[in-house]
Amino acid sequence: MVNVRAMELESLTIDGARAAVASGDTTATTLAELHYERIEAKDIEINSFLALSRERALQQAAKIDALAAKGDALPPLAGVPVGIKDVLAMQGAPATAGSLILKGYRPPYDATAVAKLEAAGAVLLGKLNCDEFAMGSSNENSAYCPVLNPKALDRVPGGSSGGSAAAVAASFAVATLGTDTGGSIRQPAAFCGVVGVLPTYGRVSRYGLIAFASSLDRVGPFTKNVKDAATVLQVLAGQDVMDATSSDRPVDDYVGGLTKPVEGLRVGVPEEYFGEGLDQEILVAIDGVLAGLKAAGCVVKPVSLPHTKYAIPTYYVIATAEASSNLSRFDGVRFGLRDAEAKTLAEMFRRTRDAGFGAEVKRRILLGTYALSAGYYDAYYRKAQQVRTLLTRDFLTAFAEVDVLVAPVTPTPAFKLGEKTDDPVKMYLEDIYSVAASLAGICGVSVPCGETKGGLPIGVQVLGSHFGEATMLRVAHQVETSQKKAC
Amino acid sequence: MTEQAGVTIDDVRRVAELANLELTAEEEPRMQRDLNAILGHIAQLNELDTAGVPAMAQVGEMLGGLLQDRGEALREDAVRPSVDRAKVMAAAPETDGRFFKVPKVIER
Repeated sequence: MVNVRAMELESLTIDGARAAVASGDTTATTLAELHYERIEAKDIEINSFLALSRERALQQAAKIDALAAKGDALPPLAGVPVGIKDVLAMQGAPATAGSLILKGYRPPYDATAVAKLEAAGAVLLGKLNCDEFAMGSSNENSAYCPVLNPKALDRVPGGSSGGSAAAVAASFAVATLGTDTGGSIRQPAAFCGVVGVLPTYGRVSRYGLIAFASSLDRVGPFTKNVKDAATVLQVLAGQDVMDATSSDRPVDDYVGGLTKPVEGLRVGVPEEYFGEGLDQEILVAIDGVLAGLKAAGCVVKPVSLPHTKYAIPTYYVIATAEASSNLSRFDGVRFGLRDAEAKTLAEMFRRTRDAGFGAEVKRRILLGTYALSAGYYDAYYRKAQQVRTLLTRDFLTAFAEVDVLVAPVTPTPAFKLGEKTDDPVKMYLEDIYSVAASLAGICGVSVPCGETKGGLPIGVQVLGSHFGEATMLRVAHQVETSQKKAC
Repeated sequence: MTEQAGVTIDDVRRVAELANLELTAEEEPRMQRDLNAILGHIAQLNELDTAGVPAMAQVGEMLGGLLQDRGEALREDAVRPSVDRAKVMAAAPETDGRFFKVPKVIER
């Protein structure tokens, strides 16, 4: 086992892990133990894992090792150590959603996405820190302390799936699951220098996901490279009878499609994503990406998404309105925290929710309740739903002319802890390049495309049309390949 | 919706009551300030004339032409096993194993 110990976890990919287990160079058990050792040694400063599920992981690893010993064909994620964002149910493990109100709760079932990963051979290491109920852009809203950015410990990892991005960046897991409601996969992927995929709305089941905003919430993977992302998405995608919003549309061959030529593909550059406020170093990096795509034979052309500036206000009406409804289920009756002193039911609801929810969650519940309340419904909620139509039409129009869009993920690289916590609007504006795709339901992927002079990761986002994951990932793969050549 | 939305402390209290939240005396002015700031930002939606634009509740309806994309496929309506009751009840703060117990609902 000396060779295995020397193996660099940093460069371990899905194919590498699976091949090493299949050939007998290592075992799934060893891979799990090595990752746990690394987590125990280094996660003290990063704080990405909230709970470890060692027993379940080692049982699964033993099962994979038995398959490998028999020489059986191994499933696509055989022996691959993965982590799960703490908003997804994993039977027997805690599911806090980063909130005190769910402290101690252990769901009695698996989310479909979690079950699918395990059925494909993945080893579930544990649950990952996140902003409370996935509400945040920095992971500073977790009730269980913020996650730090492994690439720069004075910086945030992004949010809300900060633990999922950080765990891959720190090589605590080969892949992780996150969720994206307004940018919560793409933004932390960009901040931590890993790949993060937002699948099309309806492509991946949300059964077992603790709901934040149901018309926006999506589940997707974080990985170290685009091929791994395609491999995990291939496992996750498809209809689920337990989620009526999951699509019955056939799943494309994402992995096989990666190596198809990109020559002739039309790449749109939305001018509204390159305006005032965009960091100069990010702009230069994206220009480099576009030059690489041109060199590879893509046709790069400007497009317009004219309603882009209205995406943030639209999002913060719709997401908070849906959240105010979804989060009414946390009332101290069926699970989680309860105020034991309350004398009446109404008092118990209020005191439990006051003690259990953090400031940002209360702020959003109040905003959403206000937007839905009598006299304001048309002015806020209905208006936002109409603008959502305009934002979606922008994308449908653009995708009639181009195959993918390429744009920055964030206006700045990872910011410092505490830098934006005092001003909610400033924090919300962090999502300026990510929320429109969320509202429109299209797919997107954040791919690393360089570093700032200060060594902070820069991400570029490739956006695909509805169910256009195969083409989107193909272009992302080309971006990654050009990057490697440039280095 | 006006440029200055003007949420008052009374509005904050009323909305908190609707949302079953009990805010402390320190939380109320902070929430008032934040709600006004956010609603001020949201007010820019008024720049857009949306007369005649349909409201969009979710993505599927925008893809109406492509029936397969609509994500409306419902499963067969058949009896199937659900999550084990004992496991569900075990997660409750207070239960007799069959019912969730709560403080009294009606004052008398």
